Amino acid sequence: MSTVASQKRGFGEVLWDYLTTVDHKKIAHLYLFGGGFFFLLGGLEAMAIRIQLIQPENDFVSAGFYNELLTMHGTTMIFLAAMPLIFALMNAVIPLQIGARDVAFPFLNSLGLWLFILGGILLNCSWFLGGAPDAGWTSYTPLSVTSPGHGVDFYVLGLQITGAGTLIAGINFLVTIINMRAPGMTYMRMPLFTWTTFVTSTLILFAFPALTIGLFLLMFDRMFGSAFFDVGLGGNSIIWQHLFWIFGHPEVYILILPAFGIFSDIIAANSKKRLFGYTAMVFATILIAFLGFMVWAHHMFTVGLGPVANSIFAIATMAIAVPTGIKIFNWLATMWGGRITINSAMLWALGFIPTFTMGGMTGVMVASVVADYQYHDTYFVVAHFHYVIVGGTIFGIFAGLHYWWPKMFGRVLHEGMGKLTFWTFLIGFHLTFFIQHFLGLMGMPRRYWVFLEGQGLDTGNLISTIGAFFMAFGVIVMLVNVVYTAVKGEKAVDDPWDGRTLEWTIASPPPHYNFKQAPLVRGLDPLWIEKTEGKGNVTPAEPLDDIHMPNSSFLPFLMSVGLFIAGFGFIYQVDYGWAYILLFGGMAMTLACMLIRSLKDDHGYHIPKVELEREAD
Amino acid sequence: MKGWMGKFRAIALLGLMSLVLSACGKENLTALDPKGYGADQSLYLIILSTVIMLFVLAIVMIVYTIVLIRYRKKKGQEDYIPKQVEGNKTLETVWTIIPIILLLIIAVPTITATFDLADESAASDSLNVEVTGNQYWWHFNYEGQEIQTSQDLYVPVGEKVYLNMMSSDVIHSFWVPSISGKMDVNPENENTMYIQAQEEGVYWGKCAEFCGPSHSLMDFKVIAVSQEEFDQWVEDMQNVNPEAEPESTVAQEGKSLFQENNCMSCHAIGSSPAQIGPNLTNFGDRSTLAGVEDLSKENLVDWIMDPESLKPGNKMTGNYPEVSEDEAGKIAEYLMQLEPSEITPESAGTE
Ligand code: HEM
Ligand SMILES: [Cu+2]
Repeated sequence: MSTVASQKRGFGEVLWDYLTTVDHKKIAHLYLFGGGFFFLLGGLEAMAIRIQLIQPENDFVSAGFYNELLTMHGTTMIFLAAMPLIFALMNAVIPLQIGARDVAFPFLNSLGLWLFILGGILLNCSWFLGGAPDAGWTSYTPLSVTSPGHGVDFYVLGLQITGAGTLIAGINFLVTIINMRAPGMTYMRMPLFTWTTFVTSTLILFAFPALTIGLFLLMFDRMFGSAFFDVGLGGNSIIWQHLFWIFGHPEVYILILPAFGIFSDIIAANSKKRLFGYTAMVFATILIAFLGFMVWAHHMFTVGLGPVANSIFAIATMAIAVPTGIKIFNWLATMWGGRITINSAMLWALGFIPTFTMGGMTGVMVASVVADYQYHDTYFVVAHFHYVIVGGTIFGIFAGLHYWWPKMFGRVLHEGMGKLTFWTFLIGFHLTFFIQHFLGLMGMPRRYWVFLEGQGLDTGNLISTIGAFFMAFGVIVMLVNVVYTAVKGEKAVDDPWDGRTLEWTIASPPPHYNFKQAPLVRGLDPLWIEKTEGKGNVTPAEPLDDIHMPNSSFLPFLMSVGLFIAGFGFIYQVDYGWAYILLFGGMAMTLACMLIRSLKDDHGYHIPKVELEREAD
Repeated sequence: MKGWMGKFRAIALLGLMSLVLSACGKENLTALDPKGYGADQSLYLIILSTVIMLFVLAIVMIVYTIVLIRYRKKKGQEDYIPKQVEGNKTLETVWTIIPIILLLIIAVPTITATFDLADESAASDSLNVEVTGNQYWWHFNYEGQEIQTSQDLYVPVGEKVYLNMMSSDVIHSFWVPSISGKMDVNPENENTMYIQAQEEGVYWGKCAEFCGPSHSLMDFKVIAVSQEEFDQWVEDMQNVNPEAEPESTVAQEGKSLFQENNCMSCHAIGSSPAQIGPNLTNFGDRSTLAGVEDLSKENLVDWIMDPESLKPGNKMTGNYPEVSEDEAGKIAEYLMQLEPSEITPESAGTE
């Protein structure tokens, strides 16, 4: 019924549907489009950076504009591309993997999404309103406090708003995974992607408040004349670095752990094997998360913390290599003795293993303090973290998208184009970033608008830029693939990859209530168990009955718009009195929506049993 | 199969190419060809950790290759279901213990070197230089010597020179890759590091902490000369008479223009510690203009007329009256003849 209706709906209706939806599957689509858009934007900025550095003393962009590009590239990629794309996959998959009908708080899910989107738009409005932030994605004080114009103000408020969205989303997943698992889905039967999402959400819960506080202090210094970071008035500028990295280091694991989960699921499915050392994988994840909080000062080896602090943080950092190594070997052991099918999703997983191993290698090298005195703030570090973030997170997102696309959209992405994307991106990636290790050691610091002639840095930079073009080409092929698939792609079956987990037991795409009856889970890889010893599909754990569903709501969008407006108010109250109207108006709008939400009882609705029975045939 | 071989070949080629490139990294800039104690220590750890990590990578790649060759789905395997292995305690213990041992091999010398490079016990018997980072230039004050310079730091070869570093504005980072690793220059507390050049030469230094539009132009030089030459240089610098009249009339006119145009409110000549702008005492002896341009009269005229075009965001722009090209030429003539010492970058041998 609903599917027939949806085909005939006009644009306005679809738009309204998406603006008000609280369905995790549609929210996943929105995270995908939003994150995908910002990924392209960040990529465009990266290309501009690389074109500027194609030859020494180039003048493709000016110094000020370069710094804006550089800052926005980093900020966009981390906060507005990588994380939302991961949230897209989590939203699309997690409830399905644990056999749930939705996330724990559908309303909050939608609120988190809109906060991300409007925060991201606010940040990017800076381009048109006198200049983007230009103090680096890390916004070190005092540079960020003294940066003229409103660029950094947009950074502060845009990130504050998106950050709130992220925190909300994290809490939601925590509660969902704790409370909404299907009968029989014990913790030690959860798929690895669910596990890593769970641990990641914990990291978000503890890490983001540090960012929130840092941003508040910066906001007060810039807009209200406080002096938290002003040395001249008794403040301390290094405090920002501590706050930033207490958030920022776990952030790296927030990005990488879900990717680990995605690869674990994909490698097991495509090797036709149970994940090797499941328990070790789970504990390694938890250990990595824990250590992730203990090592922030390794970003500050050259700050002058002294040899004692530097040594302690060096050892703690090296320790992370152990659980990470366990993971690499367990993945290899999962494939060992298996029957490996290589499709596009698996290609990304296979490309990930050597790439990420190299990123981890340089991670240990950077942890070696005295060696880091040379690497720090150079292209070596740029290479290192792109090996980890791109080789881990972005490869993971590509892998997950190819793997779950049929579940998300009911169509399989074109394999040929998928493989072309992979190969050009992989080759382009190594061409771009491998050489940068050497550029760094040969004396090229990071965040350099130009490098000088005659310093031996020309060839390396040229190669690096050529590589970036390959990557851009790969991404374009992926876009073509998406459009082609939407128009002509083959319809997906329920279980296109011979999967092992619960999401493959229901239709592609799933009905809006997901599971007609909650499934009964009898072990790890429930679908696989049923395939090998049962009747091919999972037994229901409950009789067919009415399904309770939440109502759509426009409030989350309005609340986010309120904060968006208030953001402009905060930024411009420094210059213009009328900006207070925006400030208080926006806040009032958000608060009014919150009040409505609290006072109005919204019990949702039920899908009656008879309708479910009718749909079955 | 073909695809994989292609990838390996591409990577191998890249690796080779990079090695060739690394060999031709600019001498006196690269960290791979150390000419100082700190850089030596760093390179030792870089090599040690690289070798150990390459060993790990090799093992991963061997297993990976075997897996991909042996366990790919083959024809006729459609119905084959592999054994569902749970795990293996022994194996998992092995790949936990071995990495721990490898890490310890890196950790111990790392910590030794960390404490070694932070050792300040010899500071009171050594040459101490107060370093100030500014957007976008460096100031050096030879403590107790009444010598102020900017951009070029002269040090005696083989000696430990302690640098007491602070910033006057935002955070900068002092980095001379071929002599030593970097150290941040913060606005709130003095950071101390020592450098010890092992060979005479002119070493290129860079600011490594993002500090604004001209961050990439905040270069400086460390000039390591023999102890005798250094002593001579100190004497020459201490004997500078800032009031001395230049010989040529053009330069004399330049001198008065320099004073009339308010240049002195930021710059100093002689041992005055004022440092809103670089100290110009030995300007004519410098190796570069503003850290990045060739030191020529033409470039200097361009700089005086419009510093912004050479260094965006610098703090000289707009802080003095406009000067004509003619006037700028005279000022340049004056500044270029500020050459108090015979000991110049050329004395250090290489450029
Ligand atoms: C097309 C692919 C990409 C290219 C060619 C690229 C290129 C670059 C370059 C050249 C820099 C350093 C600029 C400098 O130091 O002057 C940089 C910085 C950075 N990149 Fe990328 N990048 C790419 C993708 C990504 C992705 C996918 C992420 C994260 C998800 C990312 C995160 C960052 C971050 C955090 C920085 C640091 C920014 C800063 O220092 O403030 N990049 N990128
Ligand atoms: Cu600087």
